[in-house]
Amino acid sequence: MSFQPVKFYQTGTFTVGNRLLVPEERSVQANMERTNSLNSGHRACQGCGEALGARYAIDAAMHATNNQLIAANATGCLEVFSTPYPETSWQIPWMHSLFGNAPAVATGIAAAIKVKRQKGMKDDVRVVAQGGDGGTTDIGFGCLSGMFERNDDVLYICYDNGGYMNTGVQRSSATPPAARTATTMPVGQQPGNVFGQGKFMPAIAMAHEIPYVATATVADLRDLEHKVRKAMTFRGARYIHILVPCPLGWGSASQDTIKLSRLAKETGMFPVFEAEYGELTNSSKIRRLLPVEEYLKPQKRFAHLFGKSPAVGTIVRLQALADKNIRRYQMLDKEAN
Amino acid sequence: MNKPFAITLNPGSSLANHTGSWRTERPVYVDRLPPCNSQCPAGEDIQGWLFHAESGNYEKAWQHLTKDNPFPAIMGRVCYHSCEGACNRGNLDAPVGINSVERFLGDEAIKRGWKLVEPATESGKHVLIVGAGPSGMSAAYHLRRFGHRVTVYEAGPMLGGMMRFGIPKYRLPRDVLDAEMQRVVEMGVNVVVNTKVDNILETMAAGGFDAAFLAVGAHIAKRAYIPSGEVSKIVDAVSVLRSMEGEDKPMLGRRVIVYGGGNTAIDVARTAKRMGAEPIIVYRRTRDKMPAHDFEIEEAMQEGVMIRWLSTIKKAGDTEITIEKMELDASGFPQPTGEFETLEADSVVLALGQDVDLSLLEGVPGLELSDGVVQVDANMMTGRAGVFAGGDMVPADRNITIAVGHGKKAARNIDAWLRGTTYVAPPKHQVATFDKLNTWYYADAPKTVRPMLDIIRRQSTFDEVQGGLDESTALFEARRCLSCGNCFECDNCYGVCPDNAVIKLGPGKRFEFNYDYCKGCGMCVAECPCGAINMVPEDI
Ligand SMILES: Cc1cc2nc3c(=O)[nH]c(=O)nc-3n(C[C@H](O)[C@H](O)[C@H](O)COP(=O)(O)OP(=O)(O)OC[C@H]3O[C@@H](n4cnc5c(N)ncnc54)[C@H](O)[C@@H]3O)c2cc1C
Ligand SMILES: Cc1ncc(C[n+]2csc(CCOP(=O)(O)OP(=O)(O)O)c2C)c(N)n1
Ligand code: SF4
Ligand code: SF4
Ligand code: SF4
Ligand code: SF4
Ligand SMILES: [Mg+2]
Repeated sequence: MSFQPVKFYQTGTFTVGNRLLVPEERSVQANMERTNSLNSGHRACQGCGEALGARYAIDAAMHATNNQLIAANATGCLEVFSTPYPETSWQIPWMHSLFGNAPAVATGIAAAIKVKRQKGMKDDVRVVAQGGDGGTTDIGFGCLSGMFERNDDVLYICYDNGGYMNTGVQRSSATPPAARTATTMPVGQQPGNVFGQGKFMPAIAMAHEIPYVATATVADLRDLEHKVRKAMTFRGARYIHILVPCPLGWGSASQDTIKLSRLAKETGMFPVFEAEYGELTNSSKIRRLLPVEEYLKPQKRFAHLFGKSPAVGTIVRLQALADKNIRRYQMLDKEAN
Repeated sequence: MNKPFAITLNPGSSLANHTGSWRTERPVYVDRLPPCNSQCPAGEDIQGWLFHAESGNYEKAWQHLTKDNPFPAIMGRVCYHSCEGACNRGNLDAPVGINSVERFLGDEAIKRGWKLVEPATESGKHVLIVGAGPSGMSAAYHLRRFGHRVTVYEAGPMLGGMMRFGIPKYRLPRDVLDAEMQRVVEMGVNVVVNTKVDNILETMAAGGFDAAFLAVGAHIAKRAYIPSGEVSKIVDAVSVLRSMEGEDKPMLGRRVIVYGGGNTAIDVARTAKRMGAEPIIVYRRTRDKMPAHDFEIEEAMQEGVMIRWLSTIKKAGDTEITIEKMELDASGFPQPTGEFETLEADSVVLALGQDVDLSLLEGVPGLELSDGVVQVDANMMTGRAGVFAGGDMVPADRNITIAVGHGKKAARNIDAWLRGTTYVAPPKHQVATFDKLNTWYYADAPKTVRPMLDIIRRQSTFDEVQGGLDESTALFEARRCLSCGNCFECDNCYGVCPDNAVIKLGPGKRFEFNYDYCKGCGMCVAECPCGAINMVPEDI
């Protein structure tokens, strides 16, 4: 856990709010005055994890920066469902340019602010860039690596739903092995996405030794908000990678979005951690360890693994990936187990 | 508008786009009946008063609790707390210690002198209550709250019924009993002690009463035929326990045989132990068949009470008794074996249950008496209009909480009857079963165990055996409640909605859905920890 959890307050800090906590200890989302950066009326699917994750993250960033924030947004669901010109759901200064250049746009905004401050602007305006996994790990990768390497003063947030969802669920380099997408159909020798390819962007970001890297899910709001707040205490390049289930692309029930995020961590399929200057500093511990099937089964993109004769070999390989995450990111609490 | 280069339209807000039209199902806030509430024989809103206790507002919690039951300090000691058996948290780790928090609230109220709410207006009606046990005093309290004049006639010298003349001090200290009885009296209830009602209709006519509630309990000890010698001392348990309240303590000798397997047998054996005797309980069946509660059997055995299972008394002599060993037949009934044994005995105490003294009802037309108790209808009214009855004298399980519940129910019906109407209970919500909860959100928290008096003092004094919780442990215990079926303002629905379609109305005011934008994804329903949201199909 990356923050001091509250114990024994009935739901502790597991829930969004807690009427028993003093107001300062409550989450941004529990506040009646939260920004609602991404307002109602957007066109995201029912139960969209990306819409939720974006509001969680940007509201927290607005809170942490005293509302002095500008966002650059890559093309993708988040942009398309929120801003069909001239309408928008964003209630913050927000800019869209292209699919692949959000990090570069953010770098430009940060540079402009720097100049303005040198010329006497008093306000300290902070910059966020955000995009989907396709925009981040594939087409925007070069810009992003450059932004990291130059240590530009930008917080980049990736909303990882494991595919190009906006254009009809194609594979990205963040699509998990075995998953079905429009371009990795469950046919042939190796049904679904291949094993052994793809990228885990948080590890790549760590390799740049930037000040702060973190992962989060929409199932643990307090942890997510803490990470955004913490990211804002650093100057230079920062990266937060948020797992956001996509009911359309994953073939999951709309009400299961948070449950699946929770299961992703509890099975080890998605590690939740923090790193500073390239070193792991913290990892959220698994509370009730579960086998990967629990995470895979509710998703139709993995349905081919659970047919008449289950694809045991593939499930074992996915379990091995989860076990590796658990080891590498220290997801088990040694003292508690 | 003077537009910048390449901009042709004014920016608009997505609020123009009413995504609520996508919905095929809609979430609605509901209140479900927590299983604890549903189980409580006194109809307490347990979840409701725990809610206030959780925030440390004990006085509000106590006020909420006493709307249904004016005796939390008594309940917190002698109620068999079947609520805890029903508590959903039992499926997680261990049930919430409802009973121990209740006791804490009751004790706080006594310590701090909190008062019960007095009626705002007087109805001018006068109700007679016969018997100042838990049922009678509960009815007195509720009738006073409705604004009726209440007079209680009690045959004994003090208030409390079996709580004073049955239950030993080590389970219910008398200052606690007195304090809770007195508080009801202070609401303006007129209690006349040492006054036995011999004929109910005459008493009602003489006092000009508009209605009556009878709660005389069950005080006549059942007897069993035991061939016995001239000098053998055979007494009944209720008399022994009653005499413990007076100056002359019962003389039972050292070797005391208690005959029976109910809670009364246990109480009398533990009482004898405290007076220096070596009690042996003789019971004809096995431990699991014993009607006494298992925790009471356990506590008695810890204190050194011996129990002879599968045994009946055949004969009682001057200094010894003969018992016959029994064995259970296929249907679980004890059958004699012809094997005998003798036990030394200075006295035999019969604890075989009690019958109701119904003599005050003789000659009342319309009554139906069967199995030694008075029949009442669903409104607690006997066959005689205006005469209601409850507690041990009507057909039901016999315990204090049921008696208190009868008192409340009868009071509501008497109130309605006095106004010429019928009481209609509000419709009950659907029970919040365990499967309605999302238990992920509850912090792991083991149950708090109440302190027990050390064994030496339990064997030699009448000091209270079970201790209470202190402020911090009571708070902890209250906060273990899952708030089954009723919103406890965790803000989850407000947080998890991807469409901002939940409106937070502020502390204590709960939430509202904004159906203009709710797409009906069901996330709020799935993530509500306590099952306070329901999904219903839209008419389309
Ligand atoms: C030893 C023992 C231990 C028990 N322990 C527990 C326990 O731990 N927990 C629990 O829940 N239950 C316990 N019970 C059961 C419980 O005490 C009774 O179910 C409960 O007291 C019944 O309440 P009541 O108001 O109907 O009658 P009672 O409590 O019996 O009160 C009736 C009152 O009416 C008075 N009365 C009778 N006739 C007349 C008359 N004609 N005129 C005027 N007054 C009259 C009596 O003097 C008495 O005060 C125990 C019972 C016994 C015997
Ligand atoms: C250069 C370019 N190529 C392709 C596209 C089409 N396109 C728009 S969004 C998108 C996929 C977005 O995927 P991702 O970044 O993962 O975001 P998601 O929609 O999954 O949230 C694609 C391929 C484009 N807009 N620009
Ligand atoms: S396709 Fe997926 S990411 Fe895009 S709006 Fe729908 S649920 Fe959200
Ligand atoms: S958890 Fe609370 S509301 Fe639920 S049954 Fe137990 S005491 Fe009642
Ligand atoms: S989470 Fe929001 S959109 Fe989904 S059902 Fe609940 S209120 Fe409606
Ligand atoms: S999710 Fe929390 S705030 Fe919403 S109804 Fe349920 S208990 Fe109340
Ligand atoms: Mg994507």
